[in-house]
Amino acid sequence: MASQTLPPTRQDPALRDPAWWSRMFWIGAGLVLLWPLMQATEFRPWILFEPRNLEVTGNFLATFLPPAHGADFLALVARESWRTVAIATAGMTLALLVAVPLTLLSVRVLSLSALSGRMAPLPAVLRQGVRWLLIVLRSVPELVWALIFVRVVGLGPTAGVLAIALTYGGMLGKVYAEILESGEAHATQTLLRNGGSRLQALCYGLLPQNANELTSYTVYRWECAIRSSVVLGFVGGGGLGQQMDNSMKMFNGGEVLTMLAVFVLLVALADQVSALLRRSLG
Amino acid sequence: MTRIDTPTANRHPLPPPLFDARCRACWLLAGVLLLVIASFWTLDLQWAQFLSMEAARSMGRFIGEFFPPDNSPDFLRKVALGTWETLAMSAFGTLLAVVAGLLLALPASRMHPGEPAPGRLPTRLLLNVLRAIPELVWAGLLLIAAGLGPFAGTLALAAHTSGVLGRLFAEALENAPRGPGDALRTQGVGSVRVFLYATLPQVLPQLMSYTLYRWENNIRAAAVLGVVGAGGLGQLLAFHMGLFHMGKTATVLGAMLLLVALVDAISYGLRRGLMR
Repeated sequence: MASQTLPPTRQDPALRDPAWWSRMFWIGAGLVLLWPLMQATEFRPWILFEPRNLEVTGNFLATFLPPAHGADFLALVARESWRTVAIATAGMTLALLVAVPLTLLSVRVLSLSALSGRMAPLPAVLRQGVRWLLIVLRSVPELVWALIFVRVVGLGPTAGVLAIALTYGGMLGKVYAEILESGEAHATQTLLRNGGSRLQALCYGLLPQNANELTSYTVYRWECAIRSSVVLGFVGGGGLGQQMDNSMKMFNGGEVLTMLAVFVLLVALADQVSALLRRSLG
Repeated sequence: MTRIDTPTANRHPLPPPLFDARCRACWLLAGVLLLVIASFWTLDLQWAQFLSMEAARSMGRFIGEFFPPDNSPDFLRKVALGTWETLAMSAFGTLLAVVAGLLLALPASRMHPGEPAPGRLPTRLLLNVLRAIPELVWAGLLLIAAGLGPFAGTLALAAHTSGVLGRLFAEALENAPRGPGDALRTQGVGSVRVFLYATLPQVLPQLMSYTLYRWENNIRAAAVLGVVGAGGLGQLLAFHMGLFHMGKTATVLGAMLLLVALVDAISYGLRRGLMR
């Protein structure tokens, strides 16, 4: 059986690759394109292995072990981890306060004038305006918001909370509107046509069919907010990130390692909690 | 009291009570509320300071200083160079991550049910660690080994992204249809060639789409990565903001927003085009 299915004996023409030239051309073109990229990124891996650099790196890595585990330090890490979670949660709450009203203003399904043909000009302009506002809010990275707010309110969690609130408010608002508009609009429109108020149409038409998706997206964003609140600490937004930045600047590897481990655990925990929440709310 | 057991009554049952001790979602919701309250309680947020007239005035002054943005040709050239550096960092970092991610995805996936795959758990653990640490933290760590500049940023993007892509690639490889691979394997073809001729061609489109999606994310990440000194637009931003060159900061911010908006628009357009 097996001997029958073996390929015929290989001869030269059968071995020849018909796509040889195009393959070679694309490999060459790829290399030519790669060169400017490597120039621009100053990609010189060998500097990692220069004796002087190697010594600095080695010294830093040597301080990683043993990880810092003094009682004082662990208490500090626990406190800062809680602050990281708290910044993310408070930021998300404020983000919801920004996102929900803007979503309701911008959802096209809840338009009364759109029921009979085109939306009236004024509501159309208002909805598009709110949409633009959401896009602007979300396209400024939270790190930039944080840099600005650190200047205004000083170092500390307030800057982090505000940065998360604005960027995530924009993200949530945009995605909420998309979720609400992507579903079946029939029930909502029937309610509106029969004289239901917009609030009733929202509560009895739109929300029941989209609630799962909305909650699971919110919980997912909360998980992302925890990650980004650590990052915001690096520019002075408080929490675990700020401590990590301090320890890195002092080349204290043991503290860095402990905090990295705690951070990885925190993210894994948030991942689990978010999966649990999504399963039981969804 | 009489209970009405007619079919009409059952068709319109009363709504369930709002809180029920056996309802898990209610308890979780209560927990979330508690978390929110505790968060606001323990953070010493300076609302008074933020909402005061003084803060509003300093915010106004701060924004006022952004104008006029510095658009001298010299500086614009510098910003253009920073933008190019950002794009190059994101593209090259993603490319490195694709290679590393694929190399890590191979031991992290069980290609067929009978495979022992001894490296699966440890590699997945490694991928999770790579993925859990954000680019910016990687950049902070790698600055020590690679020095200030775009090289550290590229490596940082590559480190985080290879965790993400490795995980996604491994999932894709495990979920690939088994038929073609099994057919080759029963003929006695080695696992390398099974991978190259059966598994890889099937998942290649998926791997490409994951890669493009991550590249898009990485452009956004690369724009701000420089804030810790890892090159690109972010480094310019942090530098000029630190020196209170507000006009120049405004130009860099504008370039950053333009870049992000452009990437969003292109990806949106491509997605719309592909969906049709």
